[in-house]
Amino acid sequence: MADTTTSTDAAARARRETIRKGLGRRHLTEKLFRGFGIGAILIALGLVGTLFWMVISKGYPAFTQANATLEVYFDPEILSFDPAPVRGAGQSDADYRAAHLGWQRAVTMANWNRIVENAVVNAAPQGFEIGSREALALIDAGERHRLRDMFVANPNLLGQRVSVDMLASANTDNWLKGTIDRNLPDARQQLAASTRQLADMMLENGTIEFRFAWHIFTNVDSRAAPAAAGLAGAFVGSLYMMLVVIVLAVPIGVASAIYLEEFAPKNRLTDLIEVNINNLAAVPSIVFGLLGAAVFIRYFGLPLSAPIVGGLVLTLMTLPTIIIATRSSLRAVPPSLRQAALGLGASKTQMVFHHVLPITFPGILTATIIGVAQALGETAPLLLIGMNAFVAAIPATPFDQSSALPVQIYLWQGNENRNFFEARTSAAIMVLLGLMITLNAIAVILRQRLERRK
Amino acid sequence: MKTALYASATALAMVATFGTGAASAQSRDTIQIAGSSTVLPFASIVAEEFSAAFPEFNTPVVGSGGSSGGLRQFCEGVGEATIDIANASRPIRPAEVEACNAAGVTDIREVQFGYDGIVFAVSADKGDFALEPVHVYTAIAAQVYVDGEWVDNPYTNWNEIDASLPDQPISLAIPAGNHGTREVFEERVTSAGFEAAAWPDAPEGAETSFRQDVVIEIAGDYTETLARLQSNPDTVGVFGLSFYDQNRDTLKVATVSGITPSLESIASGEYPVSRPLFFYVKGQHIGAVPGIEEYVAFFLSDQMAGMGGTLEGAGLIPAPAEETAAVLAAFEAGESL
Repeated sequence: MADTTTSTDAAARARRETIRKGLGRRHLTEKLFRGFGIGAILIALGLVGTLFWMVISKGYPAFTQANATLEVYFDPEILSFDPAPVRGAGQSDADYRAAHLGWQRAVTMANWNRIVENAVVNAAPQGFEIGSREALALIDAGERHRLRDMFVANPNLLGQRVSVDMLASANTDNWLKGTIDRNLPDARQQLAASTRQLADMMLENGTIEFRFAWHIFTNVDSRAAPAAAGLAGAFVGSLYMMLVVIVLAVPIGVASAIYLEEFAPKNRLTDLIEVNINNLAAVPSIVFGLLGAAVFIRYFGLPLSAPIVGGLVLTLMTLPTIIIATRSSLRAVPPSLRQAALGLGASKTQMVFHHVLPITFPGILTATIIGVAQALGETAPLLLIGMNAFVAAIPATPFDQSSALPVQIYLWQGNENRNFFEARTSAAIMVLLGLMITLNAIAVILRQRLERRK
Repeated sequence: MKTALYASATALAMVATFGTGAASAQSRDTIQIAGSSTVLPFASIVAEEFSAAFPEFNTPVVGSGGSSGGLRQFCEGVGEATIDIANASRPIRPAEVEACNAAGVTDIREVQFGYDGIVFAVSADKGDFALEPVHVYTAIAAQVYVDGEWVDNPYTNWNEIDASLPDQPISLAIPAGNHGTREVFEERVTSAGFEAAAWPDAPEGAETSFRQDVVIEIAGDYTETLARLQSNPDTVGVFGLSFYDQNRDTLKVATVSGITPSLESIASGEYPVSRPLFFYVKGQHIGAVPGIEEYVAFFLSDQMAGMGGTLEGAGLIPAPAEETAAVLAAFEAGESL
């Protein structure tokens, strides 16, 4: 009897020993796996951090820009054209507009460069020698149009002296920010020695100041006046495309997902459709661009470079994402819910719309926003439908030519004024990233709210 | 309530689809331009200034795609969905004119508006290059003539070709075939070099076959070439003069046949590697799309493409005033190719 207890004791001890050994190993594997997990997350965070740091450190200088506050004299000797036409009695609308346009052209043809140049020379210290080209190089080329617009809006400015905030030229901005090595010899500098010297003096006496560059958000792209180039056109273009995607992709995607999941019979045909939807999700986006160019532009005759076409192409790209995500969230609804609804006498449509769909709402919403965010960042298909064009206007409708945010990044990246546009490119990336983060945040917040309500 | 929501969403989608169909009938009132990336900066500047000077017209839209890409789009046909003007850094080819005619584009008006120089440049901290066309040809030809026979190109460093060149591995970034610049490069540099070398019994195609190990073909724009120079500082890149001018802090230009490229040396014709720039106007669109005639006249005006004009400031070498006047007269008279 005692013998058997000792033998069972020994056996139990041996078993415990084996378990303990095995346990040690299992704990070790678990620790290792956790370590790997944490390591993977750290690497991912590190990469994201590096990306953000690179973009932000390069891009943030673009948000401030050199502005010169100069006294502008609307010199009647230079601005020697007839006064603005006055609408005569009985003159028709069209006649008056034509006369006014003619006057505007005369105003434009005046030598506004000379006005800018005089303002610069005037602000320079007494006796400072500077040539006319060199003086003009200090101020952005677009500012003369702003002066002209000021004048057209208020012809009474003739003969007056007004203090105007003008953007310094891109090269002046480079020089003052030190984007170009300040020790390089004259031959390798963009600006003449006298311009650089004057810029430094003006910065010192406060004529030139660095201010927040609001015009990045309010201006359109510009090549004639690079310092004034902004994102407004591309932003509105992207917005129109998102609208088209939301209006088209969401109803079509959700409707087809519901039909396929809840109503469609399971047969060869629906299997084929399902396989092809999955295939469509894997098609490279550039192929959709080719399709868009061939179908929407050449066949349907939609305009080139228009957000409507971009939106349609991106809709095709986003549809599979939305269909697949909606179907999987429909599938996650427990069948008991459906059976209960049907058991209580609800029709199939009532069952879907009253009971199933409301639960899947957060899932569909997330899928939509992720799909739209993905479409927002898409560039390749847009290049093929002419959206990589230089457009210097804010599109009024989705049918007007426009650029898009990611395309604008691509265009600025290729601009020949590298020193200036490197920062601009990163600034545009920051705006795009900001937009994406906002979209994703909205998705998260909405999902949490909707889930809580349920 | 929910059903109403979904119904309205579907209705909205249908309205959007129908709207699409309706809008295709509306006429385009913005000039659409595409083509050469060399001409793009100039055309964009003119487009902006044009809209400032002519407030009644929309700002023309300027796309890229290279000379060949632009002309291909140009020759797709006549109508709203096709472009009005193709920018090109080379003259249109007979085959392209044929393609155009076949697609119904029969009124092609050529406008030549100034010159651009093509320069060789290296990273600013590298040695000075004094190139001759024959150096470039010898460096990149697939086969060269050494000691009485044609052999696979044995040269690895520039100074093996000519002692005056720096001791630097041969690597040359040239524009790919989609760029008009490539044609000028072959005509003015490699073909000239091939003839200057005057090697006997050249095998067929020796003039245009380059070795792929040292030649980097750039299909994108000059920024891509610049990126190549930054990743491999030994690379010699082919750029447009205006691009070099904007990046003189990082680039150093090479002389060709002893001449330093500059506005003056190119305008006078001393610097050998320069080419005229063009754009092609679809005559059939004049009148259909408003502002085309005004755009052309404005482009060729003194204040844009003329001496001391805005485009000169952006790196264009202006053509003599008589030449430009003749081009404008021909355009206005409706002369087509």
